[in-house]
Order: sequence, then structure tokens, then C-alpha cells
Amino acid sequence: MNRRLAAIAEPLIFKLFHHNIPRGHSLSLERRRIYALPTRYGVLFAAMLLVMLLGSINYNNSLGFMLTFLLASVGIISILYTYRNIAHLQVRSGKAPATFAGQEAHFAVHLHNPESLLRYAMQVEAAGAEPRIVDIPANDGSTVVLAVAARRRGRLSLGKITLSSAYPLGLVRAWAYVNLDMHCIVYPQPGPYLPLVTDASLHQGDRAGSAMGSDDFLGFRAYLPGDSLRHINWKALARDLPLLTKKFTSSETQDLCLDWSLLPALDNETRLRVLCRLVLEAQRGGQVYGLRLPGVEIAPAHGVQHQHRCLKALALFEGGGT
Amino acid sequence: MNPANGETGFRPEVLRRLLAVLGLVVAPQLPALPAWLIVVSLALGAWCYLITRRLFRMPPLWLRILLSALVLMAVYAQYGTLLGRDVGAALLIAMLALKLIEIKTARDIYITVFLGYFLIIIGFLFTQNLWMAGYMLVMVTLLTAVLNDLNRTRVTDVFTNLRFAATLLLRALPLALVVFVLFPRISGPLWGLPKDAYSGMIGLDNQMAPGQISELIQSDAVAFRASFDGPIPPPRQRYWRGPVLWDTDGSAWRAGPLWDPLPRNEPPSFDHAGKAMRYTVTMEPDNRPWLYALDLVASTPADARIAPDFLLLRPAPLRERLRYAVTSYPDAVANHLSRLERQRALQLPAGGNPQARALARQWRREFHDPAAIVQQALRMFRNEPFVYTLHPPPIARDFVDNFLFHTRRGFCEHYAASFTFLMRAAGIPARVVTGYQGGELNPIGNYLIVRQRDAHAWSEVWLDGRGWTRVDPTAAVAPERIELSIDNRQETAGDAVRFEVPHAAWLAALWRDTLFGWDALNNKWNQWVLSYGMERQADLLGWLNFGGLAWQNTAILLLTLAGAAMVGIVILLFKRERRSEDIIVRMYQDFCRKLARRGLSRRPYEGPTAFAERVATQRPDVAGQVRNIAKLYSTLRYGLHPSPAGLDVLRRAVRHFRP
Repeated sequence: MNRRLAAIAEPLIFKLFHHNIPRGHSLSLERRRIYALPTRYGVLFAAMLLVMLLGSINYNNSLGFMLTFLLASVGIISILYTYRNIAHLQVRSGKAPATFAGQEAHFAVHLHNPESLLRYAMQVEAAGAEPRIVDIPANDGSTVVLAVAARRRGRLSLGKITLSSAYPLGLVRAWAYVNLDMHCIVYPQPGPYLPLVTDASLHQGDRAGSAMGSDDFLGFRAYLPGDSLRHINWKALARDLPLLTKKFTSSETQDLCLDWSLLPALDNETRLRVLCRLVLEAQRGGQVYGLRLPGVEIAPAHGVQHQHRCLKALALFEGGGT
Repeated sequence: MNPANGETGFRPEVLRRLLAVLGLVVAPQLPALPAWLIVVSLALGAWCYLITRRLFRMPPLWLRILLSALVLMAVYAQYGTLLGRDVGAALLIAMLALKLIEIKTARDIYITVFLGYFLIIIGFLFTQNLWMAGYMLVMVTLLTAVLNDLNRTRVTDVFTNLRFAATLLLRALPLALVVFVLFPRISGPLWGLPKDAYSGMIGLDNQMAPGQISELIQSDAVAFRASFDGPIPPPRQRYWRGPVLWDTDGSAWRAGPLWDPLPRNEPPSFDHAGKAMRYTVTMEPDNRPWLYALDLVASTPADARIAPDFLLLRPAPLRERLRYAVTSYPDAVANHLSRLERQRALQLPAGGNPQARALARQWRREFHDPAAIVQQALRMFRNEPFVYTLHPPPIARDFVDNFLFHTRRGFCEHYAASFTFLMRAAGIPARVVTGYQGGELNPIGNYLIVRQRDAHAWSEVWLDGRGWTRVDPTAAVAPERIELSIDNRQETAGDAVRFEVPHAAWLAALWRDTLFGWDALNNKWNQWVLSYGMERQADLLGWLNFGGLAWQNTAILLLTLAGAAMVGIVILLFKRERRSEDIIVRMYQDFCRKLARRGLSRRPYEGPTAFAERVATQRPDVAGQVRNIAKLYSTLRYGLHPSPAGLDVLRRAVRHFRP
């Protein structure tokens, strides 16, 4: 709303009063954390009142005086309304599911209104995120999702969140800063598919397209989330037995190990992106796979949780030398 | 909302509501505007409406500039200036209308709403009566409601919006009143006022050209109100003296050079006769430098003086309502005629009006006594077929001749002018006196209301041994004019005037009482609100024992009372509502806090039951209590009929809960 004014005022106030923004997963906006300044419409309104006052004095116009003072009082009281609209609001961190670099990270922020007073037009803003505006019903909550572009792999912090509102008349804006300590894991952007340069990987490459079913049947094991539907023992399910997955020789004997050192000579980031692609492909192909990075070793397994472990390791990987 | 390029958008219905409100704000000023401007404004408003309906596009920049230039030039051509109150109002309305077709963002809406507020205050320069004040208060509420609507994220029904704005204004009112009463007032303008600032004020002039008074008589506007210390004088004594006209060219009459520095400063002499009347006049501003008082005035209000012809003169034109106390002697007669005055009271133009001059010469031969000549003239007016009408036929030349011998239709100024002419032609010193005659008694406030329609002109003749004697030739033609008031509402062009006759019917009486009550209210409004200025403020502060003290005390009083008003509003706005629902929520929060201290905090997505189940699995020792509290809470908070007894049960359960 009042970008220019806020652009000047906010850093100033920030320096003057606020060396540390309140941090925590759940915060309540209390008196000391709320600031208020007129918007540029508020400044314009004040200028108009000044002209009205001078006119009223000049013409000695009683109703002119009355209107001027009435509007001035409305302006002043609207500060209280604006303050009340934001005070005691509770802000809590919500989910921030992992995403891939190059996509958007979504941070859910819960706004809880503990009072029986509807909060109107609350704007939630964070650096790099499009502002969201919500109403928050009485004794209830609203959730806003802030979308921030995830440019690089790693841990993306949401940082300072600004909650603001100029309700009811747009003449005054009250705002507060919070830091909800929210992070989002950003996986590397999936790179090109490159085969690993070992015998095993060559072998793997041979059968990459072929179905698992061509291998010899070994037996059953307990179902894990992510197992291919084709390998589920449907007959057992029909007999009310727990879910079982068929085991085959190849999937057992030839656990895929996605090894950093088995990739062709590439720079670190590209290696991580390729590994990311390989993890996704392996998970999609229903394979059991492990991950080996310099200093990191993840035992072969399968499933969504496992995939997350692997991708998170890639996301947070540091060092690696050449 | 569309926050692109730093500007927020708005919902189209906000603009449609704003359009309707602006129409209402402008409405009272329409009669004063040139017709073309009304048409242009309506067209631009319609254009704006069609844009909001996406039926029309916003005009390109060049067209907007062209339109603005055309309108500006047209306004200039209409008024011949761009400075002044009337042209200012017209320009503001034109600007507002032109703004309508370029509204793109929320910023434009703010500016338009502010222009709307401005339009209201401009309206107060024209009218400040009670109706206008009430109407404009509603308009302020509507504009504020639009501002509120603009700041909401979704469509709200008009009623909710209006209720919000009305509440906000109501809460702002105490503070506004405190500031209104105590904000220091100064006398006189800060800078020069435009010439037309007082053009709306009407009143009698110090000259009388044919037709001038008849315009005044059309107006119901109040000239002044007078409240008497003693009994109210009968209608035949209610001659409110205004400018005395000495010089004539045969048709027009002028006050002449007696206006200029008076030969002496002491009040003119007269024969005291009868009892004194003391009364207070509250006069409406008429932008003229004299006051009205009953014949003959003996005491002057502050800074006024009495001219030799008994006119109350002020040093400056009256531009604000004024209350003044005066004393008059109704039966007194002015007894002084200087040589210069005699000469001027006999002055006539060299030629013209031969018939009237001949008639006067004939009377002079027949009667030697001036008093007999006066009687003869009045007899003529009474017996010949003269008609009292506010719409006399126009007379091009030889005004007196044509009126006396041909048209014979006219009103007070015709009769007074012709009579005075005849007297002078007959050698009797005579002058025309203008002023107001009569006044309506308001029994509710017990005061007289004198309106512009009571404007009157009469004659005074000098009779040796008696002094200046009032003669009202109109009374000879239409005696009711003196006893009753003119009812200009029933008058149609060319007809003889009907005079207001009191109706016996109770309905008419009721109507009359209502009108009187309304006028009494207006009188109070005028005295306490509109003329609240430096003097009234000083009176009030004096009454509050703050008078005579330094302005610092006023400032302290202002700040204290304003602070008190603010504290009141803060308490009103921020008091915690102690409704049962909140109590229930608070008790549940206590319960959650107790668990949180044991490391079991409720997650934001967990409902009471889900939370209770999780706690129950982790702390089987308190599972029963936790489930019980969750159940009580759910029933009380979401159940159809929560019982007060349940509240106690929950309170006890939470209090005894020790995880």
C-alpha cells in the first residue's frame, strides 16, 4: 500500500527499536511488537484536513470546523481500530514441504485469532514472496501459504515475516515482524540422466527398461510403501493376510548403489543434480537403492521416506572436493 | 486485489457505491450550478458506471486532457474568473466528474473520496442550516463507509458497511465536540476572502430602484429575530428602520451623501414620549453596514452609532450573525431639521412627471395646511382604484405619472416613492424610509421573526410643530399589509396580494406550531452552533470559570478533555469481552497449558478430541480425565444448548487436573 513510505520508515524503526525480531514457532503479536504509521493516504487525508481547517478559520464557518474536527477524530480513532485489528493475533508456523530447486517453496503460516472479533484484511508478507491478504474469523484461524522461489539447493529459511493491516480506512497501517524459524529443504534440481560407470551400473543399464518380473522369484517380504503394484501378492490380500511383496533375485542381489564416485567427471553441483535424477528414477522404477556421497552413506532401501532421506542428503551435501 | 506496480486494485462495486454517494453529495448544490455542468457531470458519471460494468472503456489520455481543458474553459467562460467561492465549487464538481473516468487503482478511489469530503465543506459555505447539517452528516457517513468498503477484502452488504461507518463516527463525535468547543477561534479572516464570498446574503440597499424590494419580498429568508424584555409591540408599531433615502431622479431613490462623515457625533435629538422598549436583535448577516431597530432608536450597541436620520450604522458590513441590545421609543418624534436637510428633503429633478407636479400644485392651492395635503394624498390612494401587487407592470419613464394615473398597480416602493414625490412637489419636506415592517410572533420562543418578505418602504414628512411624521401610503391602499404578513406562497404574477389570515382550523394551528418550533430550534442552532465564535467561546469559558485566564488554561482544558474522550474510546474498543464462549476457551487453554508444561503441547491442526487421544496414549494415567475434559469442552463450545452447570463442571475438572 504505502510502499515508498514504508520503505523509508521500516528500516529506520527496525534499527531504532528492533535488534532482534521475535523468534519461535508460535508467537503472539503484543503491544511492543506492533508499529503503526500513517499510510500515504493518511498523510494526504491530514493535508486535506489542514486545508479544511484553514478554510474554516478564514470563513469562520462553524460547520466547516465541525466537519474538520469530526474527520480528524475519525482519523485518530481509526488508528485504534487498526491497532485492535492486529493486536493479540497469534502466528504459528505450518508445514513447509520439501521442493526442488527451480520450483517454489511453500510455507504455510497459521494465523490464529483468539478473540471474538473478526480480523480484516491481514496482509502477510515475506522477502521474495507475493503478499497474501486474509480475513481471520473470530476464535478461529486462517492459513496462508507463502510461495518463495527456491533458487538453490539446501535449506531455505523464510526469515522475517511482516504482518500488516490498514483496516478499517486505509489511513494508518499497523504492522509487526515475526520470525517463525521456518525452513524448507530444497532438493537439487534434477539433472540429466547419466548411467553410472561400473559393471554393476552397466548391468543395471541393461535392464533399466526391462520389467522386474523377468528375474527369478525368491519369496515374499512385508510390503513397503512405494513397492510396485505389480509385485504385490494380491492372492494373499484376498485371504485377509497382510500385504506382501514378491521378491525377485535381481532386486535383492543387485541393490543399486548410487555412488558419487561412480559418476563421470563433473562439477559437484552437476553430480548432485544427476544423483537427484537417479534417485527419482530408481524410486519410480520400484528399485531398492542406496546412496553414497563423500562422508555420507545411506543403506539401500525403498520408499518415499527413503527417497526423502536421499534427496535431503543431496540437498544438504557440503564439500566433496573435486 | 492486484498489487502489481505497487498499486492495489479495488472491487468494482466499491466504485459503484462511491458513484451513488457522490451523486447524493452533489445534489444540494445542483440548483446553483450551470445546466451544462450538470449534464456533463451526469454524463461522466454514467461513463464511469459503464466502465465498472465493462461496457465502456476508459478514455485515452489525450481525450481526458482535451475534456479537462474544455471544461475548464467553459467554467471560465461561465463565471469570468477562476477565483471565488461559486466558481470554486463549480470547478471542484467539474474536477470530481473528470476524475471519475480515470479511476484505475485504489489510490484514485481515496482521492475521489477526499474530494467528496471537500465538496461537503464547500457546501457549508453556501448553506449551514439544520437540514443541510443533518444531510451532510449522513453524507460523511456514506463516504466513510465507502472508504471502509475499499479496505475490505470481500464484498460486504451495504448495511454492515454503513453500520460500521456510523459507529465509527459516533465514537469520534465526543472528541470532535470537545475540539469544536475549545479550539481557539480568531475574529476575522486569515487572508482576503473572494469577492463573492457574501454574494448569497440579501438585504435592503441604501437605494431603491423600481423592482428591487419586490425581489426581496419573494424571499422567506430570516432578516433578524427580536426578543423583547417587555410585551411585544403591536404590528402598527413594528417599523424597523433601515436606510433613509433623500435623493431622487424621479424614479430611483438614494440615501445620498449623508452617509459620509457625519457633521457631529452626538446622537440626533428627539422628543421623548411614551415608554421605552428594550429588546435584543439577532441579525442575520447581510453584508451591509447598518443594523435595524424600531423607530426611534435611543441607545446604540457597541461600536455602532446613530446617524442624523436615525439609522444605526456599523463601521463594517455585517458578515456574521450579530446579537445586539437596543432601546427604542415607539412614540418619539424626531424634532430637528437643519437647513441643509430641509433643502435635501425638498429636492426634485428639474423635469419629468408633469402630471404629478400639476396635481401637487393644485393641492397646494386648495389646502394651506401641510397636514391636509397629506390627508388628501392618502385619500386619493384609498379612493382611487389602486391595487397592491408584487408584480406591477413595468414603467419605462415618468415613473410617478405613469403609476399614479395609468397603471395604478404597485407595492410599497411605488406608493412610498410617489407619495414622497407629491409631497416634495407640494413643498412639504419629505423622505423615503426603507426597512422592515411587521414580523411574526413565535409563541414557542416568544420572539419576533422578521423575514426578507417583510421588507417595506414608507415616507416621513416634516410637519412644522410636529417634526418628522411617519406616513405609510401603502397602509391606505392595503391596510392588511401592516396588520398581517404577506403570504408570498399564494401569490401569482399580476394578482393582487392575498394576505395571510390566521386559520381557525386546528390542523393549521398545529402546522403553525410545528413551524414555530422549527424556527425556535433554528434560532438556537444559529445562536449556539453557527455563531459560535470568539465571543461565545469566551462566554462559555467564563461560565466554566476559565474566563480571563491565559490561553494556556484553555489548551490544558482542551488536552484534558480530548484525552478523556480518547481514554473512553480505548476502554470501549479494548475491553475484553467476557462472554461464556471466551470463558470456555480460556478454561480449555488453562488445561492445554498444564499439559504443555509436561511436554504435551497441542499442535495447531489437532482438534480437542484428537489431542486428548494422543495424550491418552502417552499418559494412560490421566487418560480418563483428559477424555472427560475434551468431551465437556466440545459439548459446551459446539453443543446446541450449553448449560451453565456444565461450565462449572468443566472449571472444576480443569482445576483438579494435575498431569
